[in-house]
Amino acid sequence: MGLARSATGTEGKAAGITYGSASDSARGPRAELTRDRGDLPQRVVSAKVSLRRRIAEIWACRELLGFLVRKELKVRYKNSVLGFVWSFLNPALILMIYYVVFKYFLHNPTPDFALFLFAGLLPWNLFNNSLLSSSGVLVAHAGIVKKVAFPREILALSQVGTAICYFFFQTCILVVFLAGFQVLPAFGYVPLLLFALVCDIILSAALAVFLSAVNVYLRDVQHLVEVLLVALFFSPPIVYAFANVAKALRDHVWFRYIYEANPLLWIVVSFQRCLFGNVIPPTGKIVKNASITLNGKLQPYHVLPTWGAAPYWTGLAFVFVGSIGMLAIAMVIFGRVEGNFAEEL
Amino acid sequence: MNAAIEVQHVSKRFRLYKEKYTSLKERLVHAGHLPFEEFWALKDINVAVNPGETLGILGRNGSGKSTLLKCIAGILQPTSGQILLRGQLAAMLELGAGFQPEMSGRDNIFLNASLLGLSRKQIERSFDEIVAFAELEQFIDNQVRFYSSGMYVRLGFAVAVNVNPDILLVDEVLAVGDERFQAKCMERIHQFQEEGRTIVVVSHAADMMRSMCSHVAVLDAGEMISYGPPGEAIRAFRDRLIETGEAGALPGGEEEAASLAAAEQAAAGGRSASLPAVVLGERRVAITDCRLELPAVDREYVLPGEALTILLDLKVRDRVANVAFGCAIFAENGSLLFEGDSTMLGDQFDLERGSSTLIFQFEELPFLDGRYTINVRVQDGGGGVVHALREPAATFEVVNPGKTTGVVALPFTVHLKTQRPDE
Repeated sequence: MGLARSATGTEGKAAGITYGSASDSARGPRAELTRDRGDLPQRVVSAKVSLRRRIAEIWACRELLGFLVRKELKVRYKNSVLGFVWSFLNPALILMIYYVVFKYFLHNPTPDFALFLFAGLLPWNLFNNSLLSSSGVLVAHAGIVKKVAFPREILALSQVGTAICYFFFQTCILVVFLAGFQVLPAFGYVPLLLFALVCDIILSAALAVFLSAVNVYLRDVQHLVEVLLVALFFSPPIVYAFANVAKALRDHVWFRYIYEANPLLWIVVSFQRCLFGNVIPPTGKIVKNASITLNGKLQPYHVLPTWGAAPYWTGLAFVFVGSIGMLAIAMVIFGRVEGNFAEEL
Repeated sequence: MNAAIEVQHVSKRFRLYKEKYTSLKERLVHAGHLPFEEFWALKDINVAVNPGETLGILGRNGSGKSTLLKCIAGILQPTSGQILLRGQLAAMLELGAGFQPEMSGRDNIFLNASLLGLSRKQIERSFDEIVAFAELEQFIDNQVRFYSSGMYVRLGFAVAVNVNPDILLVDEVLAVGDERFQAKCMERIHQFQEEGRTIVVVSHAADMMRSMCSHVAVLDAGEMISYGPPGEAIRAFRDRLIETGEAGALPGGEEEAASLAAAEQAAAGGRSASLPAVVLGERRVAITDCRLELPAVDREYVLPGEALTILLDLKVRDRVANVAFGCAIFAENGSLLFEGDSTMLGDQFDLERGSSTLIFQFEELPFLDGRYTINVRVQDGGGGVVHALREPAATFEVVNPGKTTGVVALPFTVHLKTQRPDE
């Protein structure tokens, strides 16, 4: 009995040794050594971590990202009477306020204005929600950051993920809206919309990662972001028509360049082109509801840019490349300062 | 052989800000001259832990032991140097870190286990085991905010141990729950050891280290002052404490010093209760000095089973006939371990005027680790009158190089006799 036990003991030890050497990446005779435990993941903790490894670690934690998003969705409206309904009600109420203000107080002449607003608000809300909640996310989760080891970008990304979920809830409402207005989206532009959505997500993620890291050191960022977002809301044509700005800036080329350098502009107009493009086709044709009388002549009323599909794609391509670059830079910066999070919080 | 954990030249610098400026205004106002002191929490640490070993990190408060553990866990990044880890790692630095009070126990298990690095499939597989281990079958769908603190911690521990890591990091979290649950936790740790997993444990409980660890690293002020088998390392740790004049604070630093003082006070009360009441005589005898003669010259502690001699210098003003010499030894917590006097040996002494030296000899001290206090007294042979006493007269320390724990060094052997059933 005693003998048998000690025999298993040594066997266990021998197994321990072999699995140690099995981890000597790739070179060893792996097949026989990794029978029951599989590959042992190898990790290095050091002051500098390569961007590639960061991405690999985040990818390895994608399930955690899913759990965090789910937690966020569950917890946000927990214990409120309406609960989950709020995630629909909230954007609907905001839409209503904007509609009343801009339609009746400021007399925006755009037909089907609610739909126009919605098309612009969709990508904006994604951006806005991501940044609002992610700038303070590391401070809010200080308990985890200080006690558990995982790639902390996940926390910022989980806020973007949550915003994406809300985006899809709102898309459901949009479908109802489209049905109500009896308008079909411009299906030819659906790929453009999807590309714009990807750009929107990457851009939001880049800024979310960056802001969450900076906010650990400079707690003002959180409050500054709130104000800046209000200002930024008016930079893309969400509540006004792009055509109006284009007209106003016709003689100021440089201002127009600056205006068009805004990545949000491209994302928003792409959404509008797809979802609102059938209400007023920006083709120069005179359509019912979409024409105004100017100098005694009936002229097409333009809301969207009058260019074809190509400039949208080019513009978004720039945004895409720029956002990817920003995300890479944000992650490098995040990696630089991450080591001190546990002490700074 | 490839180590499971290799700590290579790891140093960690902290900046201790005199005041923390985190708002933009304060940063601008104090731009350029943030008042901080550099503080090296770890200085060039090198350790390798082989698969299946259990490493203990021992040190006083502020010695850097928790910082080292956090670096290994990847929560802090070392300022220089690197740590190589082979195998999946789980760190138990705080149980239930990241529990969401608004969510149910079930959701929290998934979130927490995922934070510790488990995949959804793995969690689903060990879910029932986690719930059973935490003994929360009834409450698993309740919100965690309705849990008692014991339930909370039990759930945290259950998740952490069911991660089944190759490397487990433990930071003094084993003292959770009631005694039964603690025993369950220790059992699980031993099971981990038997399965050949690597464990790193941080503590200042030297006794736990001795029984659990295969190796112990001792940190002091960020430096590793000793590394080796537990007995050896713990001795080095105590030597360092004696060197720096903190011997009283054995084994774990300031906190313990305070609790020791409290224990001494409590002991003072207990002492007078357990010994015959003191009736002082006419002060014809005075104890002028009390010295200890340790068996070895080169160290300041006694090994279990070694001899100890107490030398008492007496000044006698007037002749006293029929005196007895008594001695008592107390443990750190104030409990009486030994009490005896010369009348019990059948000896009778007369003290002549002048100076004398009394020799108390213990041929063998059967004590284990700890610091012991000696009281001595000179009293009337018939009892009753005490001529002189000194409380406490001296202290000595026993350091146990072996693995046994407790108070008494009992030599022991183990045999197994198997009766074969008659065929």
